Amino acid sequence: MASRRRILIGAGLLFVAVGVYVGFRGRIVTGPTAKQHSVAPDFSLPQLNGQSLQLSTYRGKVVLLDFWATWCTPCREEIPHLVELQNKYHDQGLQIIGVSMDDSPDPVREFYQRFQMNYPVVMGNAEIGELYGGVLGLPIAFVIGRDGRISVKHIGAADVSVLEQDIKALL
Amino acid sequence: MISKWTGKIALAVVISALSAAIFLTQALGQATSLPSSHLINPEELVKVLQATKGEKPLMFQVGSYVLYAQAHIPGSDYVGPVTSELGLQQLRRRVESLPRTKFIVLYCGCCPWSHCPNVKPADDALRAMGFTNVKVLYLANNFGADWVEKGYPVAKGQ
Repeated sequence: MASRRRILIGAGLLFVAVGVYVGFRGRIVTGPTAKQHSVAPDFSLPQLNGQSLQLSTYRGKVVLLDFWATWCTPCREEIPHLVELQNKYHDQGLQIIGVSMDDSPDPVREFYQRFQMNYPVVMGNAEIGELYGGVLGLPIAFVIGRDGRISVKHIGAADVSVLEQDIKALL
Repeated sequence: MISKWTGKIALAVVISALSAAIFLTQALGQATSLPSSHLINPEELVKVLQATKGEKPLMFQVGSYVLYAQAHIPGSDYVGPVTSELGLQQLRRRVESLPRTKFIVLYCGCCPWSHCPNVKPADDALRAMGFTNVKVLYLANNFGADWVEKGYPVAKGQ
């Protein structure tokens, strides 16, 4: 009787574990990744507050450059995890920069507040998309080392644990 | 009589089933609810565009202008994003004077098909206006992977 109860409890816990795993892990669609070692193209783009942000000023930090948009569902699911990563590794030298590919900053400002984003967001354009090899689908993320070189490129929503490993390897 | 342990296990099973159901509902997205009869594959569209005979479609990109400006199907117009009411109104204004039998192709390619928020609202809007010859370009991953990298015709800019 006691062993039967243990088996039932174990089965129940297994169901819960699978359900939680499917419910959360499964939302992140892992796309193909590509590693690159070229110097990340420098740019100067306006932030939401109107001030310019220049990528090269972050040389010496590990930068996660995330191309996204407010209407992109995988992007929206990924951003809370990026906020967590920024909190966790900021003191070790991580700087996340979001590049919004929205057509205007209005929805981005509202999104920024609602999701309590804790890293700068700049408004992207076709030029920066082409500078980074063509941003023809979202999200796309580049992990850039302290030397300014692109270490990893993630096309599509990346597994957050993989992103974290990429970042930790460079910190 | 159901023991408290049986009840708790049953609750755990229900919770895990609900989690899976929530995942499936969200993961499917709107585009996946489009019937296959509404779709056209990239290969098929290329054949239509390159054919010497037959009607050529009016094509609309209904997603992001920044993506459109980097690369789009030659001859297509930008009228998105149709997730906004403004975008939908632009689409409706663009087509309102057209005969309802006009061959129209809608596409986006912003993100994986299962997550695209744009194509179904656009398709719904045109069908609600009475258009009977509308196709949505099926891009499984995104415009880059499923069109540009396949070597299909591309134009840049406005």
